[in-house]
Amino acid sequence: MARISLNVNGKTRVVDADPNTPLLYVLRGNLDLHGPRFGCGLGQCGACTVLMNGSTMRSCMLPVSAAENKNITTLEGLGSVAHPHAIQAAFVEEQAAQCGYCMNGMVMGAKALLDKNPHPSVSDIKSTLNSYICRCGTHLRIIRAIQRVANASVKA
Amino acid sequence: MDTKTISRRDLLKSTGVLVVGFSFFGTAAKVLAQGDELSVDGMDPTVLDSWLAISKDGTVTVYTGKVELGTGVVTALAQIVAEELDVPFKKVYMDSGDTDKAVDQGVTAAARTVERGGVQLRQASAAARQELLKLASVRLDSPVDQLTVTDGVVSVVGSPAKKIAYGDLLGGKRFNIKIVAAGIGWDMKVAPDVPPKNPKDYKIVGKSIPRVDLPEKFTGEFIYSQDTKVPGMLHGRVVRPATSLSAPASIDESSISNIPGVVKIVREGTFVGVVAETEWAAIQAARALKVTWSEPTLKMMSGPTEVFDYLKNTKSFKDTVVVNKGNVDAGLSSAQKKYEATYYFPFQLHGMMGPPCAVADVQGNKATIWTGTQGPFRTRDSIAKMLNIPPKNVHLLYREGSGSYGRLESDDVAEDAALMSRAVGKPVRVQWMREDEHAWDPKGPAQLSTVRAGVDAQGKVIAWDFTDRSLPWSESENNPLLASTQIGMKPTGPGFLNGAGGGGQIYNFENQKVVASNIPWVQQGQWPLRTSNLRAPGDLARVFASESTIDEIAADQRVDPVQFRLRYLTSDKRISEVLIATAKKAGWTDRPAHTAAPSAGNKAAGRGVAAANRANTMTAAVAEIEVDKSTGDVTVKKITLAHDCGLIVNPDGLKNQIEGNILQAVSRALLEEVKFDSTGQKNLDWDSYPVIRFNQIPEVEIVLIDRPEMQPLGGGEPSIVPVTAAIANAIFDATGARLRQVPFTPERVLSAIKA
Repeated sequence: MARISLNVNGKTRVVDADPNTPLLYVLRGNLDLHGPRFGCGLGQCGACTVLMNGSTMRSCMLPVSAAENKNITTLEGLGSVAHPHAIQAAFVEEQAAQCGYCMNGMVMGAKALLDKNPHPSVSDIKSTLNSYICRCGTHLRIIRAIQRVANASVKA
Repeated sequence: MDTKTISRRDLLKSTGVLVVGFSFFGTAAKVLAQGDELSVDGMDPTVLDSWLAISKDGTVTVYTGKVELGTGVVTALAQIVAEELDVPFKKVYMDSGDTDKAVDQGVTAAARTVERGGVQLRQASAAARQELLKLASVRLDSPVDQLTVTDGVVSVVGSPAKKIAYGDLLGGKRFNIKIVAAGIGWDMKVAPDVPPKNPKDYKIVGKSIPRVDLPEKFTGEFIYSQDTKVPGMLHGRVVRPATSLSAPASIDESSISNIPGVVKIVREGTFVGVVAETEWAAIQAARALKVTWSEPTLKMMSGPTEVFDYLKNTKSFKDTVVVNKGNVDAGLSSAQKKYEATYYFPFQLHGMMGPPCAVADVQGNKATIWTGTQGPFRTRDSIAKMLNIPPKNVHLLYREGSGSYGRLESDDVAEDAALMSRAVGKPVRVQWMREDEHAWDPKGPAQLSTVRAGVDAQGKVIAWDFTDRSLPWSESENNPLLASTQIGMKPTGPGFLNGAGGGGQIYNFENQKVVASNIPWVQQGQWPLRTSNLRAPGDLARVFASESTIDEIAADQRVDPVQFRLRYLTSDKRISEVLIATAKKAGWTDRPAHTAAPSAGNKAAGRGVAAANRANTMTAAVAEIEVDKSTGDVTVKKITLAHDCGLIVNPDGLKNQIEGNILQAVSRALLEEVKFDSTGQKNLDWDSYPVIRFNQIPEVEIVLIDRPEMQPLGGGEPSIVPVTAAIANAIFDATGARLRQVPFTPERVLSAIKA
């Protein structure tokens, strides 16, 4: 066990954990941030995605020690039901989920994409999100939600 | 947990503090989940108060055994209740899947939830409304037929000042009336004597009301079964090999002595699990624990060929004869031309995104279970049986898991958690790892369907002989699940039959036989090829076979496949209308299949059609595809699908379901097959069992046919059924090659093209 200092959603959080623990279990177990979810533990599905210094990271594979001194953003860091981020609001508008278990990855993947490319084409969206699995088959709605954010930023 | 206990009785007293806004699973659910002083063995369906309560602020709390599986169905149920009671949608709170509070309405499955559960809630609500009007009639001194209700306020027609709200009529009190309820589970008829509202007056049913559960799912505030935390909770993981299960001959406890936080190695019968203080410790321990498994008593089959041979050569234990009219053999012998083929459908996974998870707290002869089961009462009873305690001593609280498509009717993980909790005397959270779920998911069974058909000299189908040979669901009610089997419980029967729909019974042929044969398969608990219901069980494979055959005959007879089908779709106009609507939307032009001008180069474009009736919901699909003839790669460009499930409750929610069904169907048609040999199952992750991803999704176009004059029917799974056959028929249109085995891998497509 070691004391590890993390910067999560803009706050410093100190946890006692085995440094090899994947970040996912620390976020969920120690910090009660359950936006990131366990899907495969193999980096194959994307349900555990967080942003680390602005880039997507599969937290199920990343030792927590590797996240020290990095800025970690989880789904909770984007917004809440009371104060949703534009991406979260767009996903609601498009009703872009069924069970929603994969949504953490979809929203975080969309965030990283839109930060780099505010006006992605459908093919940009598809190729970016191709490494994220949705078993319910809400892909078309997810694409529409991301386009909705992009279109809104054109108008703004 | 820092939340206080709220009982049904407290809720009745509440004045709206409890339910702020409308949230099933947010704050209110967390509060409500903590227990109930009225601990009874389910609720009596003949007591109106078992179904709903109205608090002083007019909030309607509905107690339902039906649960949200991610399909939006609980939003639809709430719409039905709000409509029937004439209260604002936001005033309805659904308390779902708590076995101490709800009536057992059967499992949430088979797209029966709106069709059956919705009608049960509608009738209970109609009975409640009737009683409320009676009370209002006294209070307002006006006959019932002079009363009207708007937004939960009863007023006298013509004297709007004479009014009283539901909350004031009843708030804080019980209805204390009996209603009629007969039958059990989803077949229960509730208050059938009470006339419901005329659908012409619907204001809430039929509207695309946004789902109440979604906002929290996009922010991380939603509490899934995987997020359940209770004080003092430990973490468990199961230790099962990904191949045939046997007894642990020896366990080397020292193999995990270096892992801090391990609490116990749980061993009971052939069950092995580890419990630890943290989740990561439990995962490490389960991985590191050295278990020597004895030689399995049952060897896995050597592969799909052996399974299909087994299906072909093993005597059926039960034939479901769906249609038997005329004389098929005579029809075939007088036929001018005969068609005969066999179709193969593999074991497929449900493929839940989140491996299942449950928390169990077993204390003495009582247990509390938080889990994502599709059947709260079924799981309650299976756990009671396993722990050998009365069902009423098990309190099950539903927590939504990830989409399960039938898988969580067999809630294995709750049993695992209960065994481990009993062993350590503390609450234990167990989640399966990815390889546990890929291996031990009770799969959609393999199927083998044979069709013989004959046409006369005029090209008319005069004989149709369809036989499906399928394995039943080894994991079904009354048969023990995995952990129960491991501690020695035995199956009581061969399992539940894999359905009989989709064998061509939508058509009228003069000599026609459709049979679903069931081949014995109780390999339960012994190896990973367990079986259970996978979305639209059995129908997908049977429609693949029957609709491919129809297509083959039409093409051979040089008739357009839509027109050909319409000749025989004479028993129900809804299905021919669905087929016509699909063709129209898809811009279908009449021509026999595989008669379009050939595409240039290696790429060949094709289109195909198929129709289906699943539990009286009618669907038809047109697939537009492209085949790369040099590689065998199939790209599905577009699926157009028309859908008739009677009265539509929530059009956008229904569309969401249909889109999902279509994409899942494309995935199952092109990519999915469980691979195994005698040493075990081979695909244990998403790389080796690929499912559809963004780069493979087709465009989707949907036509909804609303029939307000009908009862609502199921929308959660029927639309998956015709898609596989439509794709196969499109491949034929493009290439002239007939695919008879799912999935349509490049190798199979190439070999069919070359054949």
